[in-house]
Amino acid sequence: MIVVDDLRIRFGDHDVVRGVRFSVEAGGSFGIVGESGSGKTTVMRALAGLNDAWDGYLQVAGVPLGRGRNADLHRRVQMVFQDPYGSLHPRQTVDRALSEPLLVQGIGDVDRRIRKMLSDVALPAAARFRYPHQLSGGQRQRVAIARALISEPSVLLLDEPTSALDVSVQAEILNLLTDLRAERQLTYLMVSHNLAVVAHLCATVGVMSNGEMVEILSTEDLRAGRTQQPQTARLRALSLEMN
Amino acid sequence: MIAHLVDRAWLLSDSPQSRAQAALGSAYRLWCDFRANGPAFLGLVVVVILLLAAAFAPLLATHDPLIQNLGQRLQPPSADHWLGTDELGRDVYSRLLFGARVTLGIVFAVVVLVAPIGLAIGCIAGYYRGATDAILMRVTDIFLAFPRLILALAFVAAIKPGIGSAVIAIALTTWPPYARLARAETLVLRDADYIAAVRMAGASHRRIILRHIMPLCLGSLVVRVTLDMSSIIIFTASLGFLGMGAQPPSPEWGAMIATARRFLLEQWWVPLIPGIAILVASLAFNLLGDGLRDVLDPKQD
Repeated sequence: MIVVDDLRIRFGDHDVVRGVRFSVEAGGSFGIVGESGSGKTTVMRALAGLNDAWDGYLQVAGVPLGRGRNADLHRRVQMVFQDPYGSLHPRQTVDRALSEPLLVQGIGDVDRRIRKMLSDVALPAAARFRYPHQLSGGQRQRVAIARALISEPSVLLLDEPTSALDVSVQAEILNLLTDLRAERQLTYLMVSHNLAVVAHLCATVGVMSNGEMVEILSTEDLRAGRTQQPQTARLRALSLEMN
Repeated sequence: MIAHLVDRAWLLSDSPQSRAQAALGSAYRLWCDFRANGPAFLGLVVVVILLLAAAFAPLLATHDPLIQNLGQRLQPPSADHWLGTDELGRDVYSRLLFGARVTLGIVFAVVVLVAPIGLAIGCIAGYYRGATDAILMRVTDIFLAFPRLILALAFVAAIKPGIGSAVIAIALTTWPPYARLARAETLVLRDADYIAAVRMAGASHRRIILRHIMPLCLGSLVVRVTLDMSSIIIFTASLGFLGMGAQPPSPEWGAMIATARRFLLEQWWVPLIPGIAILVASLAFNLLGDGLRDVLDPKQD
């Protein structure tokens, strides 16, 4: 479903991503972990079409990506952002945020779809006409997930979707994402610095360090500590210390 | 629906049932914040009174503002002439009312011309960045470099003295700060995640600018425009005072001071009254602008 081959991204004369390759099969879930500045979010933004300055080969749903995007691709790939406080337009109600993708893509039946989507992400119907400042962080992230899923994409990019939330809400959102993936046969690509979060949601994990993907391993191997590379072992040790 | 407009509970409802209710509710909350600010509310009241005075000047005036009566010149305020008469025996109160039309007319003509232009240029420059930004901002810089009064004088000399020339001169030198303001806001907003989200949904640049970025720039623009209105009022009066704005016999506050300044020592009330009108009007717009800034400007949160 997602193929990334020899992806290279430079910001100025600084190589941020150097030859990353991995692939995710349809319905799979792949997590990218790494320290801050390792280039993991940059990879995701290139796949999202938010950064056109990349070299290499990207393919989503069998279609190689070019520099421009077509409407079909907009529909197939959606993203949930890290900060639920910054990812909702402050002057638009939940209703407006959810109807915008439908209007842009000419999908009809707006009212019914919004009501269904709200119940799918377990938001009360009363939240429909609220502004973001009237919602809690967890509710906002549910709105962001609803907005990403309302145009029925097949690939969902998750950029640290729980890191801005407190721990009890994190678990709710992770469970919601797990359920939605099962219901809708979604392919997930998730970026996080929290190994526990990635392990909860993803079957395979890629470890990035300094712009390179140093190791790809299964979640079981990661849990059991069967790591090949020192960077992975270090991340794992750090994560165990934190918990 | 109309009945709901006076229903506080409906407006402040925690779970609005429609977009209209949500929008009205948030407008009502803004209004409550604004009303709590005493000086700003006073400013609004004065501005509304000025607008009403200008709109209903023919009904409110006690005399024709243009009729001269040389037997009654330079009268002090009396029951017949509430604010006295000028050097040609015209009723100052009536002239003041009709002068409000000229002043507010110029102010609103300038704002209507200038605000959309500044907003559009600023948003486009900030959104596209790169060459578009460079070109638009250099054009803005060129206009910013014009000295306002000299440009106005040049216009008046080149075309003809009058309200039209004054409006054009003020408009040409007023829009650049709005463009810069809108650009600065847009530069920050364009990289926000919620803009990235609509971009990923496939929205066109036009749609993103018009529907998602511009509404967020409006708040600070409205504040800035309101604060600028007072300087436009003073500038209009200055042009009138120099004889470059509204032409006699049309009543204009600046021109009224100019012709009456010879009597400043003996009949001091004749130039003083239009001076007070200018002061009150510009002060009212300033207070209103300050109050709007407290309510609308997100940077204060």
